Amino acid sequence: MSKIQQINRRDFVKLFGLATGGIILGCNISLDSKDFIPQIEGTFAPNLFVQIKKDGNIILLASRSEMGQGIRTSLASAIADELEADWKYITLQQATGNAKYGNQNTDGSRSVRTLLEPMRRMGATAKAMLITAAATKWKAKEADCFAENHFIINRNTNEKIFFGDLVAEAAKVAIPDEKTINLKKVEDFKYIGKTLKSLDLKAFIHGTATYGIDVRIPNMKFAAIARCPVTFGTVKSFNANAAEKTPGVEKVFQLDRLVPPTGSFFGALGGVAVIANNTWAAFKGKESLEIEWNYGENHSFDSEKFKETLTNRIKEKGKLVPGSSGKVEDAFEQASKTIEATYHVPFLVHAPMEVPNATAWFQKDKIEVWAPVQDPQTARAELAHFFEIPLQNITVNVTFLGGGFGRKSKSDFVVEAVALSKKIKAPVQVVWTREDDIQHSFYHATSAQYLKGSLDTNGQVTGWLQRVAFPSIVSSFKPLSEYASGFELNQGFTNNPYNISNFSLENAKAEANLRIGWMRSVVHIHSGFGNNSFVDELAFAAKKDAVQFHLDLIGADRVIEGRSEFPYDSKRMKAVLKNTAKVSNWGKTIPENHGLGVAIHYSFYSYVATIVEVSVINEKVKVENVWTTIDCGLALNKDNIKNQLEGAAIFGMSLALYGKISVKEGAVEQHNYYDYEMTRMKDAPKIHVDIIEAMHERPTGVGEPGVPVMAPAICNAIFNATGKRIRSLPLVDFGLV
Amino acid sequence: MSKILSINGKSYTIDVQDDMPILWAIRDIVGLIGTKFGCGVSQCGACSVLIDGILTKSCSMPVSFAFGKEIFTIEGSSPNLEFLREAWNEGNVPQCGYCQSGQLIAATSLLDATENPTDKDIDAAMSSNICRCGTYSRIKKAIHKAVALKNESI
Repeated sequence: MSKIQQINRRDFVKLFGLATGGIILGCNISLDSKDFIPQIEGTFAPNLFVQIKKDGNIILLASRSEMGQGIRTSLASAIADELEADWKYITLQQATGNAKYGNQNTDGSRSVRTLLEPMRRMGATAKAMLITAAATKWKAKEADCFAENHFIINRNTNEKIFFGDLVAEAAKVAIPDEKTINLKKVEDFKYIGKTLKSLDLKAFIHGTATYGIDVRIPNMKFAAIARCPVTFGTVKSFNANAAEKTPGVEKVFQLDRLVPPTGSFFGALGGVAVIANNTWAAFKGKESLEIEWNYGENHSFDSEKFKETLTNRIKEKGKLVPGSSGKVEDAFEQASKTIEATYHVPFLVHAPMEVPNATAWFQKDKIEVWAPVQDPQTARAELAHFFEIPLQNITVNVTFLGGGFGRKSKSDFVVEAVALSKKIKAPVQVVWTREDDIQHSFYHATSAQYLKGSLDTNGQVTGWLQRVAFPSIVSSFKPLSEYASGFELNQGFTNNPYNISNFSLENAKAEANLRIGWMRSVVHIHSGFGNNSFVDELAFAAKKDAVQFHLDLIGADRVIEGRSEFPYDSKRMKAVLKNTAKVSNWGKTIPENHGLGVAIHYSFYSYVATIVEVSVINEKVKVENVWTTIDCGLALNKDNIKNQLEGAAIFGMSLALYGKISVKEGAVEQHNYYDYEMTRMKDAPKIHVDIIEAMHERPTGVGEPGVPVMAPAICNAIFNATGKRIRSLPLVDFGLV
Repeated sequence: MSKILSINGKSYTIDVQDDMPILWAIRDIVGLIGTKFGCGVSQCGACSVLIDGILTKSCSMPVSFAFGKEIFTIEGSSPNLEFLREAWNEGNVPQCGYCQSGQLIAATSLLDATENPTDKDIDAAMSSNICRCGTYSRIKKAIHKAVALKNESI
C-alpha cells in the first residue's frame, strides 16, 4: 500500500463527488500485482478513504461490490475498530467503477484478504491524529490520551472530547510516520472477530435497498431482448407485427452481436430488442416476435454426446500437467490393489435471484450506467471499447447485487443496455427474464474425470492418476482454447491437500460450445467432487475409516510455500477435519437408513472439512445434517462467516441434488426454477458451522470455500447409507430426489 | 382506462392493461420497487404480496384481480411484519437481501394465520420462496423468534 495522506478539498470533490470537511485520509492499495494505480495530474488519488466529519459521522469508501457476502460491513468494521469508533456513526459510500480504486473485481474471495490491513492502518492513523489534536488542546502528553467509543479521553483528568469536535484541529495535524502507528492486538479487538450486523440490514428488511432492477431514471424505457437459442447464432429475419401492436411497446429492432476482441471482455449476444414503456410490455412484445435464426456452428452441440466424448477422451493418456511427480505406473504395477472411477459434473448456471439487468444512458459524448456488477471496471473498459467514448466520460454506478455468484462479473448485460440507449437516444433498462438467464448465461463448465489409485498391503495410497477434461473459461476470451488452463488446474487438481508420492495429472481436450464462465468456487467444484469421491472409494477399498484415511492421506505436518503469500499448511487441514469429526460425533451409531459422508477441500487459501448426514428412505435422499469447519485465518465478522458457510452448504446442495444444464441442438433445455431447481426450506438440513480460532493468521477466503465439499460429502453419505455410489451429478438424474 | 389500486392503505390511480401482472403494475406504474421480480412463473416467491390478506404471487396474477382489493407489500407495516422485521434484524438473516421482501411477506401471512407455527408449519408456508444465498435456517429461526417477541409483548 502507499503512504496514507490527507486528501485536499478540491481533489476530494473531484475524485469522489462528496462534500468536504473534517479529516479525509486516503491511501492506495493494489489488490493484484498487475494493478496499475494511476495518479491524476500528480495529485494524490487514493483508492481508499475515510472521512470523519464535524458531526462525528464517518464515511468510508466501499470499492467492492456487495452481493450478499457482507463485504461492506466487514471492511467498515476494520477501520472502525482501529479508530475506536462508535459503530452507529459509520456510513458507506459505494464506489463507481474506476481504475483509481485498484482492482474492484469482486471475485476469488479476496476482498478481506487484501484490504484488511490497509483498512486497519487508515483507522489507526486517523485515531493518532485525533489523539494529537486532543493532547494539544489539553496541553497533555499524547501518551496520556486514548480513544474510546468516539471520544478521546485524558486518563489523568478524565476529560473527554467527541471525535467530531476534534476534527477541525486534527485535520491540521501532520500525518504521523507509519512506523509510529501501532495496530491493535488481537485481544483488544472490539469489532474484528466479533459479530456485527450488516450495515444494510435495515434497507433489506424494508425493501428500500436499490438493486440494479430498481433503478429509475426520468423518462427511462424498458427493454427485453430475444436472443438466439444457440450460442452465437444470428438473426436471419423477423416479423415484429404482433410485438409492435402490444400496448406499451414503442420500438422493435435488431441488435447485432458485439464480438469481444481477444482479451478480457465479454461483448453482447445480440438479437431482437423490444423497447417499451414498462417491463411487462417489453417481455410480452418479445414473446410475440417471430424470428428466424441462423443457428451457426454450435447448432449440432448436444451435451449428452459431449459427455460421452469427454468420457472417451479421458480413457486415453492426456497432456501431462506440470506438478506431477514420481512414477505412477510403477506404483500401479507394485500395488496390492488398484481402483478406477470416472466422475461427471454437468454444466451449471448461477441463477441469482436478481436477473441480469442494467440501466444505461448514452448521451452524445458520455455514458452513465447503473448496474449490479461485480466488476465495474471491466464493464467501463468494455463500454469505452465498443462505443468509442473516452474512459473518463463513462460512469458505472454499482447498485446492490441481488446475488452474483460470478454471473454478474460478466458485463454483457451492461453492454446491451448501452447499445440500446445509444440506438433509442434515451435512458433504458434492459431486464432479462429468468428464461433468458437460464438459457444465455456464461455456464460453469461440465467436466469428466478419470481416476486411478493404488494401495499397498497396508492400505496406504501409493499412486494417484487423474485425467481431467472440461471446457476452459479462457475460451470466452480466446476462442478455440480447448484445454483447461494452468490457473484452472491450480484449483484443487495440481494443489490437492494430500501427500502422494506418485501423482500424475493429465489434461484432455474439451472444446467450448457455450459461453463458459466462473461460478461460485469455480473449478473447485470439479476437483472437490473428484478428489473426495475417490478418496472415499479408496478408503472403502482399504477397509479403513474415511476420516482416518483422509488424515493419513493429508500426511505429516508440512508447509508448502506456493507461489502465493499464503502457504498451504497440512496441520491446519487436519485440524478442521478433526474438529468436524468431533462435533459431528463421527463414528457414532446412526439411525437405520442414515449415512455419513466426509469431504475436505483447500480453496481460496482456506481450509474446510464437512461431514454430511443423509437419510435414504424409499430411494429418496434427505440431507439431514451438515457440519462444516472452516479455518479462514483471522475471522473478521464471525456471524457473517457463519451465514456464508450456511449459504454455501445450501448452494452446494442445490447443485448436487438438482444442478444440470443440458443442451440439445445447441439450445439449453432448462427454462426457469421449475426445471432448474433449487433447494428449498423444506429440504434444508440443519447446518452447524465451526470457525477455527486463528486470529493471528492472515484472513483468507470465506464466500466460496464452503461450496466444493458439499456434493462429494452428500454422495459419500449416500454410499455409506445404501452402498450405491453416485459418480455423476446431479442426484435427481438417479431418481434420488 | 384509469383504475384505482389500493396499496398499503393508499390509493393510486393508474392507467394499465388489465392483463398486466400485479407485480409490474406495482413496480413500473405505481413505482413501489420493494416487491421483486424473480421468475415470472410463481416459482420463487420474490414477488409475494398480500391481497385482502391472502398470500399472492404478484407476478402471476393480472392487475384486474386486485382492483377493489387491498394490496399489502413490503413497504407496508403490520404488527406481525414488525415483529418479523425485529427478528430478522436480530438474527442477521439476509445476505444479498433480494428475496427477503418476499420472505417477510410470506412469513407475515403465516403469522397472520398461525399463532405458534411449528417447524413443519414454517416449512410448508415458506417453501414457495427461494433464497439463492441459502438463508433458510436463519429465516426459520427468525420466524420462531418473531413469535416469541409477539408473545412477550402481550
